[in-house]
Amino acid sequence: MNKLTQRIDKERLLLGIAAPLLAVVAALVVTTLVILATGKNPGDAFSDMVTYGSASDSQVYILNKATTYYLAGVAVALGFRMNLFNIGVDGQYRLAAFIAAVLGGALTVPGWIAIPLIMLCAMATGALWAAIAGLLKVTRGVSEVISTIMLNSIATAIIAYLLQPGKLGQLDQAGTLVSTKPLPTSSYFFSIDTGPAGVLWGFIVVAVIVGVGYWFVLGRTRFGFDLRTVGQSETAAAASGVGVKKMVATSMIISGAVAGLIGMPTLLNDSHRFSNDFPAGIGFTGIAIALLGRNHPIGIALGALLWGFLERTTNHLEFQGYDKEILGVIQGVIVLCVVIAYEVVRRYGLKRQQQRVGAELAAQAAAPTEKQQEVAR
Amino acid sequence: MKILYGMQQPDEGTITVNGEQVTFHNPADAIARGIGMVHQHFMLADNLTVLENVVLGAEKLYGIGSKARAKIKEISDAYGLNVRPDVLLEELGVADRQRVEILKVLYRGAKTLILDEPTAVLVPQEVDALFDNLRELKAEGLTVIFISHKLGEVLSVADEITVIRRGTTVGTADPRTTTTKQLAELMVGSELPTPETEESTVTDVPLLRVEGLRLAQTDLDGVERIVLADISFTIHKGEVLGIAGVEGNGQSELVEAIMGIRDPDAGVITLDGTDISHAPTRRRREAGVGYIPEDRHRHGLLLEAPLWENRILGHVTERPNSRGGLLDTKAARADTERIVEAYDVRTPGIEVTAASLSGGNQQKLIVGREMSHDPKLLIAAHPTRGVDVGAQAAIWDHIREARRKGLAVLLISADLDELIGLSDTLRVMYRGRLVADADPATITPEELGSAMTGAATGHLEHAEDDHR
Repeated sequence: MNKLTQRIDKERLLLGIAAPLLAVVAALVVTTLVILATGKNPGDAFSDMVTYGSASDSQVYILNKATTYYLAGVAVALGFRMNLFNIGVDGQYRLAAFIAAVLGGALTVPGWIAIPLIMLCAMATGALWAAIAGLLKVTRGVSEVISTIMLNSIATAIIAYLLQPGKLGQLDQAGTLVSTKPLPTSSYFFSIDTGPAGVLWGFIVVAVIVGVGYWFVLGRTRFGFDLRTVGQSETAAAASGVGVKKMVATSMIISGAVAGLIGMPTLLNDSHRFSNDFPAGIGFTGIAIALLGRNHPIGIALGALLWGFLERTTNHLEFQGYDKEILGVIQGVIVLCVVIAYEVVRRYGLKRQQQRVGAELAAQAAAPTEKQQEVAR
Repeated sequence: MKILYGMQQPDEGTITVNGEQVTFHNPADAIARGIGMVHQHFMLADNLTVLENVVLGAEKLYGIGSKARAKIKEISDAYGLNVRPDVLLEELGVADRQRVEILKVLYRGAKTLILDEPTAVLVPQEVDALFDNLRELKAEGLTVIFISHKLGEVLSVADEITVIRRGTTVGTADPRTTTTKQLAELMVGSELPTPETEESTVTDVPLLRVEGLRLAQTDLDGVERIVLADISFTIHKGEVLGIAGVEGNGQSELVEAIMGIRDPDAGVITLDGTDISHAPTRRRREAGVGYIPEDRHRHGLLLEAPLWENRILGHVTERPNSRGGLLDTKAARADTERIVEAYDVRTPGIEVTAASLSGGNQQKLIVGREMSHDPKLLIAAHPTRGVDVGAQAAIWDHIREARRKGLAVLLISADLDELIGLSDTLRVMYRGRLVADADPATITPEELGSAMTGAATGHLEHAEDDHR
């Protein structure tokens, strides 16, 4: 009996890896075809990506990018585990980063007080912004997809309104860039200088902690179990005593709080201010990464790293005379393939397990029956 | 059955129709070969008329107009189905809907009919009518495959019986020479299980008291519908209260109100002296309410989660599943092993998903889970529905065992034999009201059936009923 359990587990693991692998391979094939169609050599392009992507300065760049992407992936994955599609991660993190940057610029306290305050402020802002969608869903039945998309636009408008000279923004010396008041040097997050390779953002530590926390809360706590239950079957959750509405609102708020952290690596480690060129659209990247990582903490990390790698290396391809749109093609194909591959693999796995269980039980049942028949003869 | 209808592909073996070997890739193939299926859960659209329901998906055959209507009339008259094509489906009762389903299959030219547990939702009088229809079909040269676990019905309607147990044919029988008992032994592989309780264990300590329970629901058109009206009853320790009724007369809502999934508009629910009328579901469960839901896939299981996670479901705040706010996965796994062992859940392990178990084994797992937390009250809604005979007997045993231990049991079932056999007290529910009560020791399924259709109310007396 134990043997079979192990076998099924091993197979499940294999199936788990098969899907993203399948997706990446399919993406490679499609990309090859696309590059071929543009009359260039795909082999050269791939080898350039690998050599350039494994250079030490690229590694640091990828890790820094992945830190941001990881947080975005976790924020989206939290919603996914609940069957909630939090498209609003984008608006949540931008608004959170903006408010936190304003607060950070205004604070004159020592760094060890300021940094946690800035992070808390960002999480609170993200949570509040997500809470609007959560409350609308549980009280009025508004689809979170619709409300969060609209909240994204509203966040954009609010930031554009407040980020003006004379309001919360200021013009830099060159007169081209509007930004919030820069953070004092004491409020910079620690970073690791790796010499010529560049500077590794210290915020990667926070990202790891968030990942561990995500795994622990979902897999090991009562709250996490309730959350997963609602995600798997709302009716069973209600019958088992989970307050479904409360859970929906709560998880939306947590997703928003994590989303609030997305802008923090950039703000605390890099830009130190919120300007109108602050990275946008990372919320949507998070959706792709959460899908790719199967909502699994390690899977999301791999997805985030892959995304960083692709971005870094395709940027470089542009200098080699390839079209920069290759990046979009690869990313798009990967996401598409991932969604299809997961569903195919999931159905296959479920069917296979049913067959196995059936076969096992039939074998168990057959053993005594045969004996009986022999006796009967 | 699913294979016969092309919904699943066989690993081995052949199907021969009219001497010709065939393979079905989907239900359309099966229909093309003249095989039609009447599902246990009807596949009909409420907001369409009978005519529209019948032609839906088969528009090419006779169009959607007068030609189709004529054809429906013709089939209906030929087999005595009494179907009126222009009535809205929502106005029809269960038995009429079933006839529409049968007609739908015949309309598509079926020569072989598969009926999956067709009598589960019918009262005895309706069952007789259905059997008359089936005999009519037979007389016209059609083949009927009648799947049921009700032995009496099989014996009365079938010309040939094949018994399947755990996925294998265990034998065939001739209904003219076989008794119910022999058939049952063939099905179970051992002696006959009957849902009969032993001596009464009813005490005079009330455990669950429901008073004046009322629940109204506003439907999509804004019309308020009374789902539960002035429901009052008391269940004592060691008592099984059975509620009979055709499905959809408020039984599900009653259970949900007692479980706290629906909030009643009026009325008081008292569990062991504590008012729980508006308490959240989790508190009720912690207070000792065990729940075997009527639809285990929707309310009782996480189908894609492993068995041990399903063991936690509903009892996540209780030991051994958790300590403080943390899950104790090791203890939960160990206890799942225990349940699998003690309740004879046939599974290769506790890491397989709940979806891969058969209905009977899923149900045994649920019963085991609910009984593992020392409940005071057990709510069992259709506990043996869709469950093989072996598991059925086991579940009956567990309910009897619960009663012996002094639990109060609320039993809701469409299986009248089960209700009469297990209950100490019987109530009949009709249109959201408890309209009649009966003594399970003397009542017959037919008498109960007439109350279920609203034909009889008050206290049902066996002998007197016959004379009236």
